[in-house]
Amino acid sequence: MKLMKAGITAAVATMLFMAPAAQAGETLDAVKARGFVQVGINGSLFGFGMPDDKGVWHGLDVDTARAVSAAVFGDPDKIKYIPLTAQTRFTALQSKEVDVLCRNATRTLSRDTELGLNFVTVNYYDGQGFLIPTKLGVKSAKELDGASVCVLPGTTTEQNVADYFRANNMKMKPVVIEENTELNQAFFSGRCDVLTSDASQLAGIRAVAPNPADYEILPQIISKEPLAPAVRHGDDQWRDIVDYSVLAMIAAEDMGITSANVDEMLKSTDPNVQRFLGVTPGNGKALGLDEKFAYNIVKMVGNYGEVFERNVGVNTKLQIKRGLNAQWKDGGLMYAPPFK
Amino acid sequence: MTQHQTTASPGKHPAAIPFWRDPDKLGIIYQALALCLVSLFGYYIFSNTQANLARQAIATGFGFLDNEAGFEIGEKLVQYSAADSYARALAVGVLNTLKVSLLGIVLTIALGIIVGIARLSTNWLVSRLAAIYIEVLQNIPVLLQLFFWYAIFHDTLPMPRMSWNPLPGIFFNNRGFYYPIPESHPVHPWMLGALVAAMVFGYFLKRWAKERQDRTGQIFPVGLSITGLILGLPLLTWLFGGTPTALNVPELSGFNFRGGLNFSPEFCALLLGLVLYTSAFVAEIVRSGIQAISKGQTEAAMSLGLRPNRILTLVILPQALRVIIPPLTSQMLNLTKNSSLAVAIGYPDFVSVANTTINQTGQAIEGVALIMVVYLFISLVTSAFMNWYNKKKALVER
Repeated sequence: MKLMKAGITAAVATMLFMAPAAQAGETLDAVKARGFVQVGINGSLFGFGMPDDKGVWHGLDVDTARAVSAAVFGDPDKIKYIPLTAQTRFTALQSKEVDVLCRNATRTLSRDTELGLNFVTVNYYDGQGFLIPTKLGVKSAKELDGASVCVLPGTTTEQNVADYFRANNMKMKPVVIEENTELNQAFFSGRCDVLTSDASQLAGIRAVAPNPADYEILPQIISKEPLAPAVRHGDDQWRDIVDYSVLAMIAAEDMGITSANVDEMLKSTDPNVQRFLGVTPGNGKALGLDEKFAYNIVKMVGNYGEVFERNVGVNTKLQIKRGLNAQWKDGGLMYAPPFK
Repeated sequence: MTQHQTTASPGKHPAAIPFWRDPDKLGIIYQALALCLVSLFGYYIFSNTQANLARQAIATGFGFLDNEAGFEIGEKLVQYSAADSYARALAVGVLNTLKVSLLGIVLTIALGIIVGIARLSTNWLVSRLAAIYIEVLQNIPVLLQLFFWYAIFHDTLPMPRMSWNPLPGIFFNNRGFYYPIPESHPVHPWMLGALVAAMVFGYFLKRWAKERQDRTGQIFPVGLSITGLILGLPLLTWLFGGTPTALNVPELSGFNFRGGLNFSPEFCALLLGLVLYTSAFVAEIVRSGIQAISKGQTEAAMSLGLRPNRILTLVILPQALRVIIPPLTSQMLNLTKNSSLAVAIGYPDFVSVANTTINQTGQAIEGVALIMVVYLFISLVTSAFMNWYNKKKALVER
């Protein structure tokens, strides 16, 4: 909470004093001169961006950032992680405190325009849902009329849940608590009947419940939350680099290239694979990167499927199925354009 | 200054002094320079911000206030729904802040005076208890106290279905404290009118009693008669207005109670935390104010034959108030400003609503500016009122 206030103050102050100007190529040059990428990250969201007990960062968003670093430096760990709250994240990006924001942020029209941001390819398709104690016996979100609803502020969450209750002619009492841990505690002690947030976050909260089996996620998903990395307006080259770093992971899975077999794939006779891995040059130069950028991403970070399963998949504490995040040929939405 | 002029030019015309040696003119020049620098700095900040925002194509201005807010607020004193505008949502937030601040200030002053006087009590136990209260509560950060009270409220109170029900119609549970209110009836506005009439009458009664006491020395039981008036007149109106007894009783329906009124756990925790914390400071202020009055005053009053509680109300407190009011004002301001910690425990105060607005509109600068203006306004009004009160209570030298 204090952190968030300090963050807002810092962000506003930066906005007041910041030196002007941003041009194409500028971000890449600045990042290279600095020697590392500054990444805005969640910092406390298990499976997406959180350091472990040894201080090593893990998560889907972390691996997305590592892909960018691998593409730019040929080393996935030239990164300075800057944990940001939901309130401070966009201002931090606008005021150049970070080069790229990988912080489970939903792409929306107003953020893409009024906030001066560019969202790139979605790295996780999420949606807002409800977590509810099983003992209440509620089977559908439509039975929630009159419920007290715990809401984590700082996203589109409050608006979505209000819209849903309005659309279904139901009443609700929101309890909006700033801090994740305080909110979880209030919910687990029964202050609210139901907790609403993005389904991925609900899985994380359920995982830390005193007894996870006492809680279930209702089937209704009430919003579209395409979570994507974001960059500033005004530097198209940097935008392309971040975009194709995400797409390289998706394309690699599509082509069956994994971190384990990528060296073998260098010998592949498939011209698409040759172009993708930089055996046939062109892609790297077009982006202003090393020709082996995609090879580096797959070798050092992995393809999208590996990254997903490692961080949030069914064998992790979150136990999330691929669903919308499966490849297009498996009925999901993950689809990369040709790398040529 | 006058000395300077006379010594610098004995006999000569004073206009002969060059301006750089005239402290009067130099003073004006320095002030003008300082003003210029400050305005230039302000202009630089303003135009740079504008330029940065424009370059990043970030929307500016307060136009968003008219847009539909689209979020719900848990507690409200006026009608509000998600379909209302941001301006109205923010107004709901301001009212919530004022509600907790006003109630908090009244309770804090009452509790602070009691503890402060208890601290001076000759009874060893009472005085020690008050000392412990003060030392413990004023030395724990208020945010921690809020977390503590909130955890107590939501962890120890039962679920709505198992509410604690001490009296019919009154329920305590982890959703709040629910109590019945009278069903609305045409006699209620009349009762309110009777209350106002009683207060006005009481004011004139007090003036008359004081004037009579000054003239004849006879004491009129003002406190008792005003209490009687304030309770009696509305009660009489109620009796003659048909004695409606129907109550709007809270009832469990679905997840929560409906009907009646309630205080939420967030509100209770915030109010309790702020009042206990601030009253510890007020107690110290009251104690120091009373101790600032020399013992001779008490002794003189005793020798006149006044009873101890009359000495306190007629001799000590009126003089002590002069010492107490200025620091008391800053504690009232502290309480109001600390109420912005509400956001940590989920009470929808102004900062909480403004935060949501900032998140949804992305207009952080406007939002933060609004927060600053509102708190500044509340603080200036409080302080203006207290200054007026201070002047009124100040010692009138005769």
